Amino acid sequence: MNAPSREFDVEAIRADFPILTRMLDPETPMIYLDGGATSQRPRQVIDAEVSYLLRDNAAVKRGAHRMAGLATDAYEGSRERVAEFLGAPSPDEVVFTKNATEALNLVAHSLGSGDSSTPEHLRVREGDEILVTEMEHHANLVPWQELARRTGATLRWIPVAEDFTLDLSDLVSLLTERTKVLAFTHQSNVLGTVNPVATLVEAAHAVGALTVLDAAQSAPHMPFDVASLGVDLVALSGHKMLGPTGIGMLWGRYDLLEQMPPFLTGGSMIELVEMERSTFAEPPARFEAGTPPISQAVGLAAACDYLDGLGMDQVAAHERALTQRALSGLAGIDGVRVIGPALSPERTGAVSFDLAGRHPHDVGQVLDSLGIEVRVGHHCAWPLHRRFGVHGTTRASFSVHTTTAEVDAFVEGVAHTVDFFGALA
Amino acid sequence: MSSPLNSLYTELVMEHDKRPLHAGLREPFTAEVHHVNPTCGDEITLRLQLSEDASDIEDVSYDAIGCAMSRASASIMADLLIGRSTAEVEPVHEHMETVMRSRGREEGDEELIGDGVALLGAAKFPARVKCVLMPWKAYQAALVEARALQA
Repeated sequence: MNAPSREFDVEAIRADFPILTRMLDPETPMIYLDGGATSQRPRQVIDAEVSYLLRDNAAVKRGAHRMAGLATDAYEGSRERVAEFLGAPSPDEVVFTKNATEALNLVAHSLGSGDSSTPEHLRVREGDEILVTEMEHHANLVPWQELARRTGATLRWIPVAEDFTLDLSDLVSLLTERTKVLAFTHQSNVLGTVNPVATLVEAAHAVGALTVLDAAQSAPHMPFDVASLGVDLVALSGHKMLGPTGIGMLWGRYDLLEQMPPFLTGGSMIELVEMERSTFAEPPARFEAGTPPISQAVGLAAACDYLDGLGMDQVAAHERALTQRALSGLAGIDGVRVIGPALSPERTGAVSFDLAGRHPHDVGQVLDSLGIEVRVGHHCAWPLHRRFGVHGTTRASFSVHTTTAEVDAFVEGVAHTVDFFGALA
Repeated sequence: MSSPLNSLYTELVMEHDKRPLHAGLREPFTAEVHHVNPTCGDEITLRLQLSEDASDIEDVSYDAIGCAMSRASASIMADLLIGRSTAEVEPVHEHMETVMRSRGREEGDEELIGDGVALLGAAKFPARVKCVLMPWKAYQAALVEARALQA
Protein backbone atom coordinates (compact mmCIF):
# COMPACT_ATOMS: atom_id res chain seq x y z
CA MET A 1 0.00 0.00 0.00
CA ASN A 2 1.25 3.47 -0.86
CA ALA A 3 1.59 6.33 1.60
CA PRO A 4 -1.13 8.96 1.18
CA SER A 5 0.01 11.79 -1.04
CA ARG A 6 -2.46 14.40 0.15
CA GLU A 7 -4.33 15.71 3.17
CA PHE A 8 -7.77 14.20 3.66
CA ASP A 9 -9.69 17.37 2.86
CA VAL A 10 -13.28 16.59 1.91
CA GLU A 11 -13.87 19.89 0.14
CA ALA A 12 -10.77 19.35 -2.00
CA ILE A 13 -11.87 15.79 -2.70
CA ARG A 14 -15.32 17.02 -3.74
CA ALA A 15 -13.72 19.30 -6.32
CA ASP A 16 -12.47 16.12 -8.03
CA PHE A 17 -16.02 14.82 -8.51
CA PRO A 18 -17.74 17.00 -11.15
CA ILE A 19 -21.10 15.27 -10.67
CA LEU A 20 -21.43 16.51 -7.08
CA THR A 21 -22.24 20.05 -8.21
CA ARG A 22 -25.26 18.81 -10.15
CA MET A 23 -28.74 20.09 -9.28
CA LEU A 24 -31.69 17.67 -9.37
CA ASP A 25 -34.02 20.57 -10.11
CA PRO A 26 -33.42 24.32 -9.93
CA GLU A 27 -33.84 24.34 -6.14
CA THR A 28 -32.40 20.96 -5.14
CA PRO A 29 -28.70 20.08 -4.92
CA MET A 30 -27.89 16.39 -5.22
CA ILE A 31 -26.74 14.55 -2.09
CA TYR A 32 -25.38 11.22 -3.22
CA LEU A 33 -25.56 8.58 -0.49
CA ASP A 34 -25.66 5.51 -2.71
CA GLY A 35 -22.00 4.68 -3.21
CA GLY A 36 -22.83 1.16 -1.98
CA ALA A 37 -24.75 0.64 -5.23
CA THR A 38 -22.30 2.45 -7.48
CA SER A 39 -19.71 5.06 -6.65
CA GLN A 40 -19.24 8.37 -8.39
CA ARG A 41 -15.98 8.77 -10.27
CA PRO A 42 -13.36 11.44 -9.76
CA ARG A 43 -12.14 13.46 -12.73
CA GLN A 44 -8.82 11.57 -12.56
CA VAL A 45 -10.58 8.26 -13.35
CA ILE A 46 -12.68 9.75 -16.12
CA ASP A 47 -9.63 11.53 -17.60
CA ALA A 48 -7.49 8.39 -17.55
CA GLU A 49 -10.15 6.47 -19.47
CA VAL A 50 -10.71 9.30 -21.95
CA SER A 51 -6.98 9.81 -22.45
CA TYR A 52 -6.51 6.12 -23.23
CA LEU A 53 -9.39 6.23 -25.73
CA LEU A 54 -8.09 9.41 -27.36
CA ARG A 55 -4.48 8.22 -27.71
CA ASP A 56 -3.85 4.52 -27.26
CA ASN A 57 -7.01 2.57 -28.08
CA ALA A 58 -6.57 -0.77 -29.87
CA ALA A 59 -7.25 -4.46 -29.29
CA VAL A 60 -4.92 -6.01 -26.73
CA LYS A 61 -2.66 -9.03 -27.10
CA ARG A 62 -3.06 -9.41 -30.85
CA GLY A 63 -1.66 -7.64 -33.85
CA ALA A 64 1.92 -6.59 -34.44
CA HIS A 65 1.30 -2.87 -34.83
CA ARG A 66 2.54 -0.31 -32.35
CA MET A 67 -0.95 0.64 -31.23
CA ALA A 68 -1.63 -2.93 -30.16
CA GLY A 69 1.54 -2.73 -28.10
CA LEU A 70 0.47 0.51 -26.44
CA ALA A 71 -2.99 -0.83 -25.64
CA THR A 72 -1.53 -4.06 -24.26
CA ASP A 73 0.89 -2.08 -22.09
CA ALA A 74 -1.97 0.04 -20.79
CA TYR A 75 -4.07 -3.03 -20.00
CA GLU A 76 -1.31 -5.09 -18.41
CA GLY A 77 0.02 -2.03 -16.62
CA SER A 78 -3.43 -1.61 -15.09
CA ARG A 79 -3.33 -5.21 -13.92
CA GLU A 80 -0.04 -4.51 -12.16
CA ARG A 81 -1.49 -1.41 -10.52
CA VAL A 82 -4.60 -3.26 -9.33
CA ALA A 83 -2.46 -6.13 -8.01
CA GLU A 84 -0.43 -3.64 -6.00
CA PHE A 85 -3.61 -2.03 -4.61
CA LEU A 86 -4.94 -5.41 -3.53
CA GLY A 87 -1.66 -6.55 -2.03
CA ALA A 88 -1.48 -9.44 -4.51
CA PRO A 89 1.92 -11.13 -4.68
CA SER A 90 1.75 -11.23 -8.49
CA PRO A 91 -0.29 -9.49 -11.23
CA ASP A 92 -0.86 -12.95 -12.73
CA GLU A 93 -3.22 -13.59 -9.81
CA VAL A 94 -5.57 -10.80 -10.92
CA VAL A 95 -8.25 -11.75 -13.44
CA PHE A 96 -10.36 -8.97 -14.96
CA THR A 97 -14.05 -9.86 -15.23
CA LYS A 98 -17.20 -7.98 -16.15
CA ASN A 99 -18.08 -7.33 -12.49
CA ALA A 100 -17.89 -8.96 -9.05
CA THR A 101 -20.92 -11.10 -9.92
CA GLU A 102 -19.08 -12.58 -12.90
CA ALA A 103 -16.01 -13.21 -10.73
CA LEU A 104 -18.15 -15.27 -8.33
CA ASN A 105 -19.85 -17.08 -11.20
CA LEU A 106 -16.44 -17.84 -12.67
CA VAL A 107 -15.41 -19.61 -9.47
CA ALA A 108 -18.73 -21.42 -9.02
CA HIS A 109 -18.72 -22.65 -12.62
CA SER A 110 -15.06 -23.64 -12.59
CA LEU A 111 -15.47 -25.67 -9.41
CA GLY A 112 -18.35 -27.56 -11.00
CA SER A 113 -16.73 -28.34 -14.31
CA GLY A 114 -13.57 -30.27 -13.46
CA ASP A 115 -12.76 -33.80 -14.60
CA SER A 116 -10.44 -36.57 -13.46
CA SER A 117 -7.44 -34.33 -14.14
CA THR A 118 -8.71 -31.70 -11.69
CA PRO A 119 -7.51 -31.94 -8.07
CA GLU A 120 -10.27 -33.06 -5.67
CA HIS A 121 -10.23 -29.84 -3.65
CA LEU A 122 -11.16 -27.89 -6.81
CA ARG A 123 -14.09 -30.14 -7.74
CA VAL A 124 -17.54 -29.88 -6.21
CA ARG A 125 -19.50 -33.09 -6.64
CA GLU A 126 -22.54 -34.96 -5.38
CA GLY A 127 -22.36 -35.43 -1.62
CA ASP A 128 -20.13 -32.38 -1.16
CA GLU A 129 -21.26 -29.33 0.74
CA ILE A 130 -21.05 -25.62 -0.02
CA LEU A 131 -21.27 -23.25 2.93
CA VAL A 132 -22.42 -19.63 2.58
CA THR A 133 -23.96 -17.16 5.04
CA GLU A 134 -27.44 -15.79 5.52
CA MET A 135 -26.21 -12.23 4.89
CA GLU A 136 -24.96 -12.78 1.33
CA HIS A 137 -25.75 -10.54 -1.60
CA HIS A 138 -27.59 -12.59 -4.24
CA ALA A 139 -24.33 -12.52 -6.25
CA ASN A 140 -22.68 -14.70 -3.62
CA LEU A 141 -25.71 -16.93 -3.07
CA VAL A 142 -27.42 -17.74 -6.37
CA PRO A 143 -24.24 -18.98 -8.16
CA TRP A 144 -23.70 -21.44 -5.26
CA GLN A 145 -27.35 -22.53 -5.32
CA GLU A 146 -26.90 -23.24 -9.00
CA LEU A 147 -23.61 -25.06 -8.47
CA ALA A 148 -25.34 -27.25 -5.88
CA ARG A 149 -28.20 -27.93 -8.28
CA ARG A 150 -25.88 -28.84 -11.16
CA THR A 151 -23.62 -31.10 -9.14
CA GLY A 152 -25.91 -32.61 -6.50
CA ALA A 153 -23.93 -30.93 -3.73
CA THR A 154 -25.74 -29.53 -0.69
CA LEU A 155 -25.91 -25.83 0.12
CA ARG A 156 -25.75 -24.88 3.79
CA TRP A 157 -25.49 -21.50 5.47
CA ILE A 158 -24.24 -19.82 8.61
CA PRO A 159 -27.17 -17.98 10.21
CA VAL A 160 -27.15 -14.32 11.21
CA ALA A 161 -27.62 -13.63 14.94
CA GLU A 162 -29.92 -11.03 16.50
CA ASP A 163 -26.94 -8.66 16.88
CA PHE A 164 -26.47 -8.59 13.08
CA THR A 165 -23.24 -10.60 13.14
CA LEU A 166 -22.72 -14.18 11.99
CA ASP A 167 -23.84 -16.79 14.50
CA LEU A 168 -20.77 -18.99 14.64
CA SER A 169 -21.99 -21.12 17.57
CA ASP A 170 -22.77 -24.04 15.26
CA LEU A 171 -19.82 -23.63 12.93
CA VAL A 172 -18.32 -26.99 13.87
CA SER A 173 -21.34 -28.88 12.59
CA LEU A 174 -21.75 -26.65 9.52
CA LEU A 175 -18.14 -26.95 8.44
CA THR A 176 -17.19 -30.59 7.97
CA GLU A 177 -14.95 -32.81 5.83
CA ARG A 178 -17.73 -32.70 3.24
CA THR A 179 -17.43 -28.90 2.91
CA LYS A 180 -15.61 -28.03 -0.31
CA VAL A 181 -16.23 -24.27 -0.31
CA LEU A 182 -16.90 -21.56 2.24
CA ALA A 183 -18.08 -18.42 0.43
CA PHE A 184 -18.82 -15.33 2.48
CA THR A 185 -18.95 -11.59 2.30
CA HIS A 186 -16.25 -9.44 3.82
CA GLN A 187 -18.76 -6.70 4.59
CA SER A 188 -22.54 -6.95 4.37
CA ASN A 189 -23.95 -4.48 1.85
CA VAL A 190 -27.03 -4.10 4.06
CA LEU A 191 -25.87 -4.39 7.68
CA GLY A 192 -22.44 -2.83 7.39
CA THR A 193 -21.19 -5.78 9.45
CA VAL A 194 -17.59 -6.77 8.77
CA ASN A 195 -17.14 -10.51 9.14
CA PRO A 196 -14.30 -12.18 11.10
CA VAL A 197 -12.26 -13.32 8.10
CA ALA A 198 -9.37 -14.85 10.07
CA THR A 199 -11.67 -17.01 12.22
CA LEU A 200 -13.63 -18.26 9.21
CA VAL A 201 -10.54 -18.91 7.10
CA GLU A 202 -8.87 -20.85 9.88
CA ALA A 203 -11.95 -23.01 10.43
CA ALA A 204 -12.41 -23.63 6.70
CA HIS A 205 -8.80 -24.51 6.06
CA ALA A 206 -8.84 -26.90 9.02
CA VAL A 207 -11.34 -29.05 7.08
CA GLY A 208 -9.66 -28.46 3.71
CA ALA A 209 -12.37 -26.18 2.33
CA LEU A 210 -11.64 -23.46 -0.19
CA THR A 211 -12.46 -19.90 0.95
CA VAL A 212 -14.10 -17.40 -1.40
CA LEU A 213 -14.49 -13.81 -0.23
CA ASP A 214 -16.92 -11.28 -1.67
CA ALA A 215 -15.03 -8.01 -1.16
CA ALA A 216 -17.15 -5.80 -3.42
CA GLN A 217 -18.29 -3.73 -0.44
CA SER A 218 -15.15 -3.79 1.70
CA ALA A 219 -12.17 -3.10 -0.55
CA PRO A 220 -13.30 0.45 -1.44
CA HIS A 221 -13.66 1.45 2.20
CA MET A 222 -10.78 0.04 4.26
CA PRO A 223 -7.14 -0.97 3.97
CA PHE A 224 -7.26 -4.18 1.97
CA ASP A 225 -4.54 -6.75 1.55
CA VAL A 226 -5.30 -10.18 0.06
CA ALA A 227 -2.00 -11.63 1.25
CA SER A 228 -2.77 -10.99 4.92
CA LEU A 229 -6.47 -11.97 4.70
CA GLY A 230 -5.49 -15.58 4.07
CA VAL A 231 -8.44 -16.36 1.80
CA ASP A 232 -8.06 -18.35 -1.43
CA LEU A 233 -10.18 -16.36 -3.89
CA VAL A 234 -11.61 -12.83 -3.76
CA ALA A 235 -14.26 -11.16 -5.93
CA LEU A 236 -14.18 -7.39 -6.36
CA SER A 237 -16.04 -4.67 -8.22
CA GLY A 238 -14.59 -1.74 -10.18
CA HIS A 239 -17.56 0.59 -10.09
CA LYS A 240 -17.96 0.40 -6.33
CA MET A 241 -14.38 1.66 -5.83
CA LEU A 242 -14.57 4.91 -7.81
CA GLY A 243 -13.79 3.04 -11.04
CA PRO A 244 -15.77 2.33 -14.22
CA THR A 245 -18.67 -0.06 -14.65
CA GLY A 246 -18.06 -3.11 -16.84
CA ILE A 247 -15.03 -4.29 -14.91
CA GLY A 248 -14.63 -6.50 -11.86
CA MET A 249 -11.77 -8.57 -10.52
CA LEU A 250 -11.09 -12.03 -9.31
CA TRP A 251 -7.98 -12.45 -7.24
CA GLY A 252 -6.89 -16.03 -6.64
CA ARG A 253 -3.85 -17.81 -5.28
CA TYR A 254 -1.84 -18.70 -8.36
CA ASP A 255 -1.47 -22.39 -7.50
CA LEU A 256 -5.28 -22.63 -7.43
CA LEU A 257 -5.96 -20.59 -10.56
CA GLU A 258 -3.39 -22.71 -12.34
CA GLN A 259 -5.41 -25.86 -11.73
CA MET A 260 -8.92 -24.44 -12.19
CA PRO A 261 -10.83 -25.17 -15.41
CA PRO A 262 -11.95 -22.13 -17.43
CA PHE A 263 -15.43 -20.59 -17.18
CA LEU A 264 -16.04 -18.62 -20.38
CA THR A 265 -14.20 -19.98 -23.40
CA GLY A 266 -13.25 -18.62 -26.82
CA GLY A 267 -10.61 -16.22 -28.07
CA SER A 268 -7.65 -15.05 -25.96
CA MET A 269 -7.95 -17.84 -23.40
CA ILE A 270 -6.50 -20.68 -25.51
CA GLU A 271 -3.13 -22.26 -25.95
CA LEU A 272 -3.73 -24.53 -28.97
CA VAL A 273 -6.95 -25.01 -30.89
CA GLU A 274 -7.81 -27.95 -33.15
CA MET A 275 -11.18 -28.85 -34.60
CA GLU A 276 -11.78 -31.53 -31.98
CA ARG A 277 -10.31 -29.93 -28.87
CA SER A 278 -8.30 -27.11 -27.37
CA THR A 279 -5.86 -26.50 -24.58
CA PHE A 280 -5.95 -23.41 -22.47
CA ALA A 281 -3.63 -20.56 -21.60
CA GLU A 282 -2.11 -20.04 -18.17
CA PRO A 283 -3.90 -17.68 -15.74
CA PRO A 284 -4.94 -14.94 -15.84
CA ALA A 285 -5.49 -15.24 -19.65
CA ARG A 286 -7.30 -18.59 -19.15
CA PHE A 287 -10.14 -16.73 -17.44
CA GLU A 288 -10.35 -13.75 -19.82
CA ALA A 289 -12.14 -15.01 -22.93
CA GLY A 290 -12.82 -12.47 -25.65
CA THR A 291 -11.79 -8.82 -25.82
CA PRO A 292 -11.53 -7.59 -22.23
CA PRO A 293 -12.69 -4.27 -20.74
CA ILE A 294 -9.54 -2.32 -21.66
CA SER A 295 -10.39 1.33 -21.10
CA GLN A 296 -12.22 0.27 -17.94
CA ALA A 297 -9.03 -1.38 -16.65
CA VAL A 298 -7.17 1.87 -17.28
CA GLY A 299 -9.84 3.79 -15.35
CA LEU A 300 -9.71 1.24 -12.54
CA ALA A 301 -5.95 1.65 -12.19
CA ALA A 302 -6.53 5.41 -11.89
CA ALA A 303 -9.10 4.71 -9.16
CA CYS A 304 -6.45 2.70 -7.29
CA ASP A 305 -4.07 5.66 -7.61
CA TYR A 306 -6.77 7.98 -6.34
CA LEU A 307 -7.68 5.85 -3.31
CA ASP A 308 -4.04 5.22 -2.42
CA GLY A 309 -3.43 8.96 -2.73
CA LEU A 310 -6.10 9.52 -0.09
CA GLY A 311 -4.82 6.67 2.05
CA MET A 312 -7.20 3.82 2.84
CA ASP A 313 -6.69 4.30 6.60
CA GLN A 314 -7.92 7.85 6.22
CA VAL A 315 -10.81 6.77 4.00
CA ALA A 316 -11.87 4.26 6.67
CA ALA A 317 -11.54 6.84 9.48
CA HIS A 318 -13.55 9.41 7.51
CA GLU A 319 -16.39 7.01 6.75
CA ARG A 320 -16.39 5.70 10.29
CA ALA A 321 -16.89 9.21 11.67
CA LEU A 322 -19.79 9.73 9.24
CA THR A 323 -21.33 6.41 10.25
CA GLN A 324 -21.07 7.36 13.93
CA ARG A 325 -22.79 10.66 13.18
CA ALA A 326 -25.57 9.02 11.17
CA LEU A 327 -26.22 6.32 13.78
CA SER A 328 -26.38 8.87 16.62
CA GLY A 329 -28.70 11.07 14.59
CA LEU A 330 -31.04 8.21 13.64
CA ALA A 331 -31.14 7.03 17.27
CA GLY A 332 -32.94 10.27 18.12
CA ILE A 333 -35.84 9.65 15.71
CA ASP A 334 -38.86 7.70 16.91
CA GLY A 335 -39.79 4.78 14.67
CA VAL A 336 -36.33 4.25 13.18
CA ARG A 337 -34.94 0.75 13.56
CA VAL A 338 -31.41 0.41 12.24
CA ILE A 339 -30.88 -3.01 10.64
CA GLY A 340 -27.21 -3.37 11.52
CA PRO A 341 -24.85 -3.29 14.49
CA ALA A 342 -24.11 -0.28 16.65
CA LEU A 343 -20.80 1.38 15.91
CA SER A 344 -17.93 -0.98 16.54
CA PRO A 345 -14.70 -1.85 14.75
CA GLU A 346 -16.75 -4.46 12.90
CA ARG A 347 -18.99 -1.90 11.24
CA THR A 348 -18.68 0.26 8.13
CA GLY A 349 -20.68 2.94 6.44
CA ALA A 350 -23.73 1.18 5.04
CA VAL A 351 -26.60 2.29 7.25
CA SER A 352 -29.91 0.53 6.58
CA PHE A 353 -33.08 1.13 8.51
CA ASP A 354 -36.78 0.43 8.75
CA LEU A 355 -39.08 3.37 9.42
CA ALA A 356 -42.06 2.15 11.43
CA GLY A 357 -42.93 -0.40 8.77
CA ARG A 358 -43.31 2.32 6.15
CA HIS A 359 -42.37 0.88 2.76
CA PRO A 360 -38.80 1.88 1.78
CA HIS A 361 -39.95 3.12 -1.63
CA ASP A 362 -42.16 5.64 0.12
CA VAL A 363 -39.27 6.65 2.41
CA GLY A 364 -36.87 6.95 -0.53
CA GLN A 365 -39.38 9.01 -2.48
CA VAL A 366 -39.61 11.64 0.28
CA LEU A 367 -35.81 11.68 0.72
CA ASP A 368 -35.39 12.10 -3.04
CA SER A 369 -37.71 15.11 -2.97
CA LEU A 370 -35.07 16.65 -0.67
CA GLY A 371 -32.27 15.66 -3.07
CA ILE A 372 -31.07 12.79 -0.88
CA GLU A 373 -30.28 9.77 -3.08
CA VAL A 374 -30.45 6.54 -1.07
CA ARG A 375 -31.06 2.91 -1.99
CA VAL A 376 -34.40 1.29 -1.19
CA GLY A 377 -35.65 -2.28 -1.28
CA HIS A 378 -33.99 -5.59 -0.45
CA HIS A 379 -30.56 -4.53 -1.82
CA CYS A 380 -30.14 -7.93 -3.52
CA ALA A 381 -30.13 -9.59 -0.08
CA TRP A 382 -33.69 -10.84 0.16
CA PRO A 383 -33.11 -13.72 2.61
CA LEU A 384 -31.34 -11.35 5.01
CA HIS A 385 -34.35 -9.03 5.04
CA ARG A 386 -36.67 -11.95 5.70
CA ARG A 387 -34.41 -12.91 8.59
CA PHE A 388 -35.20 -9.58 10.25
CA GLY A 389 -38.88 -9.61 9.33
CA VAL A 390 -38.77 -6.70 6.92
CA HIS A 391 -39.58 -6.65 3.21
CA GLY A 392 -37.00 -4.00 2.51
CA THR A 393 -34.97 -1.24 4.05
CA THR A 394 -33.73 2.23 3.20
CA ARG A 395 -29.94 2.42 2.97
CA ALA A 396 -27.54 5.35 3.08
CA SER A 397 -23.95 4.53 2.19
CA PHE A 398 -21.06 6.92 2.64
CA SER A 399 -18.12 7.68 0.38
CA VAL A 400 -14.85 9.59 0.39
CA HIS A 401 -16.70 12.73 -0.75
CA THR A 402 -19.54 12.58 1.79
CA THR A 403 -19.62 15.55 4.20
CA THR A 404 -20.92 15.80 7.76
CA ALA A 405 -23.41 18.38 6.44
CA GLU A 406 -24.76 15.76 4.03
CA VAL A 407 -25.10 13.23 6.85
CA ASP A 408 -26.97 15.85 8.90
CA ALA A 409 -29.23 16.57 5.93
CA PHE A 410 -29.92 12.84 5.67
CA VAL A 411 -30.84 12.56 9.37
CA GLU A 412 -33.07 15.65 9.10
CA GLY A 413 -34.59 14.17 5.95
CA VAL A 414 -35.52 10.99 7.80
CA ALA A 415 -37.13 13.08 10.57
CA HIS A 416 -38.98 15.03 7.87
CA THR A 417 -40.17 11.74 6.33
CA VAL A 418 -41.66 10.71 9.68
CA ASP A 419 -43.48 14.05 9.87
CA PHE A 420 -44.63 13.82 6.26
CA PHE A 421 -46.35 10.47 6.70
CA GLY A 422 -47.42 11.34 10.25
CA ALA A 423 -49.25 14.37 8.89
CA LEU A 424 -50.95 12.29 6.18
CA ALA A 425 -51.87 9.34 8.40
CA MET B 1 -42.86 20.23 1.26
CA SER B 2 -42.55 20.06 -2.49
CA SER B 3 -45.74 19.79 -4.47
CA PRO B 4 -44.88 16.81 -6.73
CA LEU B 5 -44.58 14.77 -3.56
CA ASN B 6 -48.03 15.86 -2.43
CA SER B 7 -49.43 14.99 -5.84
CA LEU B 8 -48.08 11.47 -5.29
CA TYR B 9 -49.13 10.93 -1.70
CA THR B 10 -52.62 12.39 -1.93
CA GLU B 11 -54.93 12.09 1.07
CA LEU B 12 -56.97 9.56 -0.87
CA VAL B 13 -53.91 7.38 -1.50
CA MET B 14 -52.94 7.51 2.17
CA GLU B 15 -56.51 6.66 3.17
CA HIS B 16 -56.58 3.59 0.89
CA ASP B 17 -53.10 2.60 2.14
CA LYS B 18 -54.23 2.82 5.76
CA ARG B 19 -57.68 1.28 5.36
CA PRO B 20 -57.59 -0.79 2.18
CA LEU B 21 -60.96 -1.89 0.75
CA HIS B 22 -61.76 -5.58 0.18
CA ALA B 23 -58.35 -6.62 1.57
CA GLY B 24 -57.62 -10.14 2.79
CA LEU B 25 -57.94 -13.44 0.96
CA ARG B 26 -61.46 -14.85 0.69
CA GLU B 27 -63.21 -17.95 -0.59
CA PRO B 28 -64.63 -19.03 -2.93
CA PHE B 29 -62.35 -18.11 -5.81
CA THR B 30 -62.01 -19.25 -9.39
CA ALA B 31 -58.32 -18.43 -9.75
CA GLU B 32 -55.46 -17.26 -7.58
CA VAL B 33 -52.25 -15.61 -8.76
CA HIS B 34 -49.12 -14.44 -7.00
CA HIS B 35 -47.11 -11.60 -8.51
CA VAL B 36 -43.76 -10.30 -7.36
CA ASN B 37 -41.84 -7.19 -8.30
CA PRO B 38 -38.28 -8.50 -8.08
CA THR B 39 -36.65 -5.07 -7.92
CA CYS B 40 -38.43 -3.94 -4.77
CA GLY B 41 -39.68 -7.27 -3.42
CA ASP B 42 -43.33 -6.22 -3.46
CA GLU B 43 -45.82 -9.06 -3.57
CA ILE B 44 -49.49 -9.49 -4.23
CA THR B 45 -51.61 -12.59 -3.95
CA LEU B 46 -54.91 -12.01 -5.73
CA ARG B 47 -58.02 -14.15 -5.92
CA LEU B 48 -60.71 -13.69 -8.51
CA GLN B 49 -64.18 -15.16 -8.29
CA LEU B 50 -66.13 -15.15 -11.54
CA SER B 51 -69.80 -15.98 -12.10
CA GLU B 52 -70.57 -19.40 -13.57
CA ASP B 53 -70.73 -18.04 -17.11
CA ALA B 54 -67.41 -16.26 -16.49
CA SER B 55 -68.89 -12.88 -17.39
CA ASP B 56 -69.20 -11.21 -13.99
CA ILE B 57 -66.68 -10.42 -11.29
CA GLU B 58 -68.24 -11.62 -8.06
CA ASP B 59 -65.24 -11.01 -5.84
CA VAL B 60 -61.65 -9.79 -5.86
CA SER B 61 -59.68 -10.43 -2.70
CA TYR B 62 -55.99 -9.89 -2.15
CA ASP B 63 -53.04 -9.75 0.18
CA ALA B 64 -50.62 -7.01 -0.86
CA ILE B 65 -47.18 -6.20 0.49
CA GLY B 66 -45.84 -3.02 -0.99
CA CYS B 67 -45.53 0.72 -0.95
CA ALA B 68 -48.41 3.11 -0.35
CA MET B 69 -48.97 3.48 -4.10
CA SER B 70 -49.27 -0.24 -4.81
CA ARG B 71 -51.46 -0.94 -1.78
CA ALA B 72 -53.76 1.97 -2.58
CA SER B 73 -53.91 0.81 -6.19
CA ALA B 74 -54.99 -2.69 -5.13
CA SER B 75 -57.67 -1.24 -2.87
CA ILE B 76 -59.02 1.11 -5.54
CA MET B 77 -58.90 -1.59 -8.21
CA ALA B 78 -60.82 -4.13 -6.14
CA ASP B 79 -63.50 -1.55 -5.49
CA LEU B 80 -63.72 -0.76 -9.21
CA LEU B 81 -63.98 -4.43 -10.21
CA ILE B 82 -66.27 -6.13 -7.73
CA GLY B 83 -69.86 -6.56 -8.87
CA ARG B 84 -69.24 -5.57 -12.47
CA SER B 85 -68.90 -7.54 -15.68
CA THR B 86 -65.45 -8.28 -17.10
CA ALA B 87 -66.49 -6.53 -20.34
CA GLU B 88 -67.55 -3.43 -18.44
CA VAL B 89 -64.21 -3.06 -16.63
CA GLU B 90 -62.05 -3.64 -19.69
CA PRO B 91 -62.02 0.07 -20.66
CA VAL B 92 -61.31 0.92 -17.01
CA HIS B 93 -58.17 -1.20 -17.08
CA GLU B 94 -57.15 0.17 -20.47
CA HIS B 95 -57.59 3.75 -19.34
CA MET B 96 -55.57 3.10 -16.19
CA GLU B 97 -52.70 1.66 -18.28
CA THR B 98 -52.82 4.51 -20.77
CA VAL B 99 -52.76 7.37 -18.30
CA MET B 100 -50.16 5.69 -16.07
CA ARG B 101 -47.82 5.22 -19.01
CA SER B 102 -48.35 8.75 -20.37
CA ARG B 103 -45.76 10.37 -18.05
CA GLY B 104 -48.45 12.73 -16.86
CA ARG B 105 -49.46 13.93 -20.33
CA GLU B 106 -52.94 12.37 -20.26
CA GLU B 107 -55.69 13.43 -17.89
CA GLY B 108 -57.56 10.77 -15.99
CA ASP B 109 -61.28 10.26 -16.54
CA GLU B 110 -62.89 10.14 -13.11
CA GLU B 111 -66.11 8.75 -14.58
CA LEU B 112 -64.15 5.71 -15.68
CA ILE B 113 -61.57 5.12 -12.95
CA GLY B 114 -63.12 6.80 -9.89
CA ASP B 115 -60.63 7.02 -7.00
CA GLY B 116 -58.02 5.82 -9.49
CA VAL B 117 -57.43 9.49 -10.41
CA ALA B 118 -55.73 9.84 -7.02
CA LEU B 119 -52.98 7.51 -8.26
CA LEU B 120 -52.16 9.50 -11.36
CA GLY B 121 -49.48 11.56 -9.61
CA ALA B 122 -47.32 8.46 -9.90
CA ALA B 123 -47.37 8.75 -13.70
CA LYS B 124 -44.80 11.54 -13.38
CA PHE B 125 -42.46 9.22 -11.46
CA PRO B 126 -41.40 6.50 -13.93
CA ALA B 127 -40.10 4.27 -11.12
CA ARG B 128 -43.52 4.26 -9.45
CA VAL B 129 -45.70 3.43 -12.45
CA LYS B 130 -45.13 -0.29 -12.00
CA CYS B 131 -46.24 -0.01 -8.34
CA VAL B 132 -49.66 1.21 -9.44
CA LEU B 133 -50.00 -1.25 -12.31
CA MET B 134 -48.91 -4.39 -10.45
CA PRO B 135 -52.39 -5.17 -9.02
CA TRP B 136 -53.89 -4.70 -12.48
CA LYS B 137 -51.35 -7.08 -13.97
CA ALA B 138 -52.31 -9.60 -11.30
CA TYR B 139 -56.00 -9.14 -12.11
CA GLN B 140 -55.32 -9.63 -15.81
CA ALA B 141 -53.40 -12.84 -15.13
CA ALA B 142 -56.10 -14.12 -12.78
CA LEU B 143 -58.75 -13.40 -15.41
CA VAL B 144 -56.86 -15.39 -18.06
CA GLU B 145 -56.43 -18.27 -15.63
CA ALA B 146 -60.05 -18.20 -14.44
CA ARG B 147 -61.36 -18.23 -18.01
CA ALA B 148 -59.09 -21.13 -18.90
CA LEU B 149 -60.34 -23.08 -15.88
CA GLN B 150 -63.98 -22.41 -16.67
CA ALA B 151 -63.68 -23.05 -20.41
